[in-house]
Amino acid sequence: MEDMIFYDRLQFAFTITFHYIFPQLTMGLSLMIVYFKWKFLRTKIDKYNNAAKFFMKIFAINFTMGVVTGIPMEFQFGTNWAKFSELTGGIIGQTLAMEGMFSFFLESSFLALFIFGEKLMGQKLHFLTGFLVFLGSWASGWFILATNAWMQHPVGYEILDNGKFVLENFSALFTNPWLLPAFLHNQMASVVTSAFVMSSIGAFYILRNKHSEYGKLFLKTGVVFGLISSVLVAFPTGDWNAKNVAKYQPGTFAAMEGIFETEEAGAEIVLIGQPNMVEKKLDNKIAVPNILSFLTYQEWHKQIPGMDQFDADELPDNIPALYYSYHIMVGLGTIFIGVMALALFFLWRKKLYNIKPLLWTIMFLVPFPYIANITGWYTAELGRQPYLVYGLLRTSDGISPTVSSGNTLFTLLGFVALYMLLGLLFLVLVGKTINEGPTPKTH
Amino acid sequence: MEIFWYIAVGIVLTVFFILDGYDFGAGIIHLFFAKKEEDKEVITKSAGLFWDSNEVWLVAAGGMLFMAFPTFYASVFSGFYLPLIIVLWLIIFRAIGLEFRGQFKYQMWKDIWDKSFGVSSLLLALFFGIALGNIVRGVNLGSVENGVSAHEGHYFFLPLWDSSFSPLTEHPGVIDWFTIIIGFIAVVTLTIHGANWVILKTNSSINSKLKSVIFKLNIALAVLTLFSLYVWQIVNPNSLDNFIHKPYLLVFPFIYIIGLVGLFFIKKIKKDSHAFVLSTLLILGGITSSLASLFPVILPSINNTHEDLTIYNTAASEYGLSVAMTWGIIGFILLFVYMIIQKRLMGGKIDHMDYGH
Repeated sequence: MEDMIFYDRLQFAFTITFHYIFPQLTMGLSLMIVYFKWKFLRTKIDKYNNAAKFFMKIFAINFTMGVVTGIPMEFQFGTNWAKFSELTGGIIGQTLAMEGMFSFFLESSFLALFIFGEKLMGQKLHFLTGFLVFLGSWASGWFILATNAWMQHPVGYEILDNGKFVLENFSALFTNPWLLPAFLHNQMASVVTSAFVMSSIGAFYILRNKHSEYGKLFLKTGVVFGLISSVLVAFPTGDWNAKNVAKYQPGTFAAMEGIFETEEAGAEIVLIGQPNMVEKKLDNKIAVPNILSFLTYQEWHKQIPGMDQFDADELPDNIPALYYSYHIMVGLGTIFIGVMALALFFLWRKKLYNIKPLLWTIMFLVPFPYIANITGWYTAELGRQPYLVYGLLRTSDGISPTVSSGNTLFTLLGFVALYMLLGLLFLVLVGKTINEGPTPKTH
Repeated sequence: MEIFWYIAVGIVLTVFFILDGYDFGAGIIHLFFAKKEEDKEVITKSAGLFWDSNEVWLVAAGGMLFMAFPTFYASVFSGFYLPLIIVLWLIIFRAIGLEFRGQFKYQMWKDIWDKSFGVSSLLLALFFGIALGNIVRGVNLGSVENGVSAHEGHYFFLPLWDSSFSPLTEHPGVIDWFTIIIGFIAVVTLTIHGANWVILKTNSSINSKLKSVIFKLNIALAVLTLFSLYVWQIVNPNSLDNFIHKPYLLVFPFIYIIGLVGLFFIKKIKKDSHAFVLSTLLILGGITSSLASLFPVILPSINNTHEDLTIYNTAASEYGLSVAMTWGIIGFILLFVYMIIQKRLMGGKIDHMDYGH
């Protein structure tokens, strides 16, 4: 039984982590493509149009990857989490089906038109298709977050005698207090990823002294989008989410912040330290007193319950992993704000394109927003444990009753092998596209 | 309300098999008949331009099934665990074959992705047929052994095969001689469909040859269909009851027969789109007849301990289904609008369309 749960969780974690590499870029990038296309309509300068089309190529590769790794996500609800699907399908099936019907369809239909139909449609319609791709991809995020929000903070349901969750109020799924903060936080984080990818490509072109006109455009746009989104990720959206966790999942809040003991006179904020689960304390801790109470409740001396106030089975089952995920996300987010603020300062002083150390830094920072996004999701998902539906349905009660651990391990190994190949091909292809550059080929 | 969603899921799934069916079929044609580089390239393109918007229908079908019939979704997806995951892998291999082939000009590179595209198309067609075979044959719900259930009555687990390869044992596997026959029917049908697609959308040099291929395959299909009707009776003796009690359901097998008979005149048909419509009727008729013969059952039980899964005992709540109908109808209209816009803009032969460079 333990094995079954472990492999099911591992397979889901692995496949969703790999999948989420792609949508986090496409959601943010679609916004930036719409911006370039809009700039082109306003100014009629070809550079902007070429930039839009270049990033749509990168978008398309990521979209394909997102589709082929996304279909397994939908299937796995049934294959590996059958009991969960059976009990909650009447509710989360709604939002998932709407995702497929409204947003995924929108995105994929108009992506094809954007790529193949520029000459056919004229510029205004071409802008519109780009906008619809953006709308589709963000709507997709909205429905997925609505699904996740229900699992984090279930609303609008009724539980029958046989344990089934039945929908009682459809609109409650979308007015869930968990949803809007989580959605905005997630979307801003995806803009961070795309802004860093764009700045990184820009820095690369400038440093290599090739396509450097585009390099400057990409870097400038990336830095502006990057700073705005990095700030918005932290405040107000991140702050808003943390307050929700404190309110609705207090045990999780204590665990992710690393508060082992309740402090009467207000909680400190932990910057660094390693959870020691045997002695129930943080080793090598560096913390600032009272800040957490202030950030969460705007009161310096407000008491925040520590992990000592909760039974072991009310707390997440992997506290160190949760604690690290959260702190890696927050730490990286802070670095992003710093780097982008510095870059914007030098951009304003018209020096950015010549400061090589900063360009190198921006170029090599590209993996980190991905890590921040993914550890952010780990924080949400590990934080919800040991439940699938917070407080109501345990993870151990959600797995498929008939699929043995041997079968799951077999498919997990298959996914690992296949996704390695996929990742390799993806890198080759994106590398090739970047290398060719945004300058249109002359036939 | 259950019936509304049953029909809705049925339509989306059928559209998926018709649309993605032609690009599976194009893959099979590509594997066996395309020899020259230009033909290979153009056939790949005829699938590559469309596969992702076609597979969106699979995602929509999955989502709707999950929402409307959660118990069925849970039971079938976990019970057919291995074949489903293998199908996912094949879908991935096919997609990367299509998307990566044109990226480099090296012959070896192209050969690898050609095989990846062709072989996974073939296996997918086979697996989808086998899946249909499993649904009509039924499974050992609750994994009953000597009258004792190992699980709740709506769960089961099927290995890929059982050493007897017989559909009539207590624990049949996914692959047995009956489901393999249905699998062959699916392969032949989709090959015909794919050949029609290639003829319709391209100017490949094998187009005229493909017409005689379709003719020969159609003979094989007629033989297989008759044979399968006979074994179908052995495997599921109740399969004609619905047609006897509700004769209007015979319209579905009739659609299949029109397609089958019509395709014998393939060489005389002047408009390529007419031939494509005929193979579309084959798929439409085949799937709807199978569903109609089972209705309202969606997964028969082969033991006497547990009852069949029907649309009634696996559906979500009445309230959920009716709210979903409101947004579902809007969604449906949008789906068809998108499809029409897209097909109009990409109508005609695609030989000179830019793709993958």
